[in-house]
Amino acid sequence: MATPGKATKFAIVGGGLAGLAAAMKLAEAGHAVDLFSVVPVKRSHSVCAQGGINGAVNTKGEGDSPFKHFDDTVYGGDFLANQPPVKAMCEMAPSIIYLFDRMGVPFSRTSEGLLDFRRFGGTLHHRTAFAGASTGQQLLYALDEQVRRYEASGKVRKFEHWEMMSLILDDAQVCRGIVAMDKSYQQGARYANGEFIQVHPTSIPGEDKLRLMSESARGEGGRVWVPKAKNDKRAPSSIPESERWYFLEEKYPAYGNLVPRDIATREIFQVCLDGFGVYGENQVYLDVSHIDAATLDRKLGAILEIYEMFVGDDPRHVPMRIFPGVHYSMGGLWVDFDQRTNIPGLLAAGECDYSIHGANRLGANSLVSCVYGGFVAAPAAIEYAKNVERNGADGSRVYDAELKRQTELNEHLKKQSGKENQYVIHEEMGKWMTDNVTVVRYNDRLKSTDEKLLELMDRFSRISINDSNMWATHALPHARQLWNMLQLARVITLGALNRDESRGAHYKPDFPNRDDERFMKTTIAEFSEEGPIFSWEQVDVSLIEPRKRDYSKGKQAAKTAGAAGGAAENSPTKDGAAQVPASGWDQKPRDLSGATVWDQNKEQVRDVNHGEAETRREQGKSITDAGGKSDEV
Amino acid sequence: MSTHTNGNAKTNRMPPTHVEIRVRRRERRDAAPYWEEFRIPYRPNLNIISALMEIRKNPVTKDGRATTPPVWDMNCLEQVCGICTMVINGKVRQSCSALVDQLEQPITLEPMSKFPNVRDLVVDRSEMFEHLKRVKAWIEIDGTHDLGAGPRMTQDEVAERYTYSRCMTCGCCLEACPQYGDGNYIGPQAIAQVRLMNMHPSGKMTRDERLEGIMGDDGITACGNAQNCVRVCPMSIPLTKAIYEENRETLVHGLFGWLKR
Ligand SMILES: Cc1cc2nc3c(=O)[nH]c(=O)nc-3n(C[C@H](O)[C@H](O)[C@H](O)COP(=O)(O)OP(=O)(O)OC[C@H]3O[C@@H](n4cnc5c(N)ncnc54)[C@H](O)[C@@H]3O)c2cc1C
Ligand code: SF4
Ligand code: SF4
Ligand code: FES
Repeated sequence: MATPGKATKFAIVGGGLAGLAAAMKLAEAGHAVDLFSVVPVKRSHSVCAQGGINGAVNTKGEGDSPFKHFDDTVYGGDFLANQPPVKAMCEMAPSIIYLFDRMGVPFSRTSEGLLDFRRFGGTLHHRTAFAGASTGQQLLYALDEQVRRYEASGKVRKFEHWEMMSLILDDAQVCRGIVAMDKSYQQGARYANGEFIQVHPTSIPGEDKLRLMSESARGEGGRVWVPKAKNDKRAPSSIPESERWYFLEEKYPAYGNLVPRDIATREIFQVCLDGFGVYGENQVYLDVSHIDAATLDRKLGAILEIYEMFVGDDPRHVPMRIFPGVHYSMGGLWVDFDQRTNIPGLLAAGECDYSIHGANRLGANSLVSCVYGGFVAAPAAIEYAKNVERNGADGSRVYDAELKRQTELNEHLKKQSGKENQYVIHEEMGKWMTDNVTVVRYNDRLKSTDEKLLELMDRFSRISINDSNMWATHALPHARQLWNMLQLARVITLGALNRDESRGAHYKPDFPNRDDERFMKTTIAEFSEEGPIFSWEQVDVSLIEPRKRDYSKGKQAAKTAGAAGGAAENSPTKDGAAQVPASGWDQKPRDLSGATVWDQNKEQVRDVNHGEAETRREQGKSITDAGGKSDEV
Repeated sequence: MSTHTNGNAKTNRMPPTHVEIRVRRRERRDAAPYWEEFRIPYRPNLNIISALMEIRKNPVTKDGRATTPPVWDMNCLEQVCGICTMVINGKVRQSCSALVDQLEQPITLEPMSKFPNVRDLVVDRSEMFEHLKRVKAWIEIDGTHDLGAGPRMTQDEVAERYTYSRCMTCGCCLEACPQYGDGNYIGPQAIAQVRLMNMHPSGKMTRDERLEGIMGDDGITACGNAQNCVRVCPMSIPLTKAIYEENRETLVHGLFGWLKR
């Protein structure tokens, strides 16, 4: 299905915030987009995000600026992120929020009818725009609506319930997708900083899933505490103020309950380890019951309801009981500053790339990084398509070969028979990883975890799929995902083993300090049949000089590493006094349109992907035949 | 604004030792449906999804016959993506937020009946997204380039729009609506989205196009005002209010629309 005109056709895998952001940009620039997603895009995981989206709009007169956002982000990430893309993201952030505002997101308002902002972890400013406590849902829907508009006009075609099984290399495509990412890794894409896993300090323990209690609960004044007496049996309401231990506020007077997540998580862990957990169990109180119910409903309604729904207590009156839970991967596909992976034509953006958050992500920085990534990837993909050499007849050979390889893989799995159950292997992997490769890491336990993973991989060869009916089955895709997860689990475990220091979310008691000399480096893993091959890349710290992270005090001033404009940027904010924008710091948000790139290109772009749609459809069909779920398209 | 778990009846019995679950299954679209019964060990705080996961780990029916693992959809697991909707003990709701402790046993699980049944508990709800296209449920922005902040709004206006914008396209309202089915009525979900867009200062500018999307025979006038929709909506969306408001708008548009041409 060749597209009329000179437009190029792009394939996007994934319809979360990042994928939809890229799709919207590409379609707006006049190109055709095929959008592939396992779930209908409106049901993507971005829908879960609650708290908000960061951007230094400074509506509260606190002297906030994109530079401070930038500094908070690299400081919070413990100086592991390459700085130029972080700077670019923070500059773009205010205009991203405004764009969502124009697209109709019901952001909460101030009395003047302006956007309201709340506080989040790792900053002293009100920088987080929010739509009640379901910001991710609202942002995703806004993009979904805009993409539907292009779908109605024929620019975008959606292939929902389609799962990307592999990349067809040698082909221009924008890519996105968490599952896709581990697959890409096995096809030669470099994977960066896998060992950095965010454990969210406040989650609600649950059978099927640890549900999150958003940081916005603390942003709106929620307080974390435990009874001062160990094993205190009293109900929380009958424990007087003086017998409560607000340990975060005590240890971190400047940031209090809003220290970055890695720190809050370790403190909560330690408090429970020392026997102060509520009722002697692994749980602490997160208390919002002192805030009046109307404010709670307006600002936090959606998340308090989730707690009530799954736990049964009403957090408006009873303190919530929470414990840290695995949440986010800072690591991901290695990309350059234009979101390009090392595989030509494959771009990545969103939670599946590694670029912004360094060793620890700040709350509410993910939504903005996903949209930013999508917005940068789109023009970069156009640029790539413009320059790529069409591989002509050779093309179909590449497709056929990959299709054959995938079909064989599926056939092999289907034929496999043995006593092992894939869901059991999955559970064991999860348990080992959670026990040994999350908050606190010891080298001997990392080593035994890797041995366990090798054992699970061996057992994987003896699973049987159990579902003879291949129509709309979940069993085969799950098996393939599990295999990818096992590969990635090794990348994470071995990456952690190699890194003998403590930085951000990666904490080794035997190596308690950050070691910039040896480890201010990006870990890069490359796939090989024998196991991951590691190398290390210097971090670009050309803009802000690395300094020690210390949240017990207000943040020390940033020293710009470059020559320009040091002094003004460094001056600390004086209690809400408006800050003079730093000289040499470009306050103007980066233009979102990328129009220059597109206008130039439109005339010249050749239909480099002619015939691609058919081939992809072929591939998709084979997915259906092989058992992937597919609605007829 | 609030979400609620509909139909969770608190029961204060002794915890059972097992959970019995009957699943209405179907191999493929045109195949005949059949029931299968499962029995899993009881654990406190099970939701329907964890129960199904337990069955999947060991797909054997109550009477010991090996079978294929039942297929269902899930994603967010916190009642916000809408994908896991099914009919549980006769009530349409999300399976992730349906707690076993609050359900009568044996628990029956059926796919939604108003949408094509793909397999087992999975249905194809693409028609809901098609309806969103038809009513142009989006704001016609001039472009994604930086044009500064959007229009100012009061918190009250925002709060009202927020209630509508929480719709997760789950289809509960359509399943419960006596008028919906066989393409004869666009349904409350799409009408609520018209309301959402028409309330927005920029959305108002293209209001008429949306109204035309709900004005045909299968449009808003097909509503019989049975109010079932609003009772089952897990996001507590004021659907009947949306229908009332949009009905008024379409009437005015029908009466005076021609004057504007
Ligand atoms: C409970 C929770 C709360 C959060 N709160 C916040 C917050 O307040 N602020 C914040 O900034 N961040 C928050 N986050 C993080 C943030 O939501 C995510 O990082 C972000 O939404 C990820 O967006 P994405 O586009 O990268 O991926 P997703 O939204 O996960 O989308 C992935 C897409 O890829 C598709 N896909 C995946 N694999 C394949 C494949 N193989 N083939 C085809 N398609 C595929 C999926 O169908 C989906 O469409 C939160 C996260 C959670 C879980
Ligand atoms: S009020 Fe209208 S839309 Fe709602 S259930 Fe009744 S007929 Fe259906
Ligand atoms: S209006 Fe309510 S019931 Fe209907 S689709 Fe939306 S969320 Fe579901
Ligand atoms: S899994 Fe998303 S609503 Fe149940």
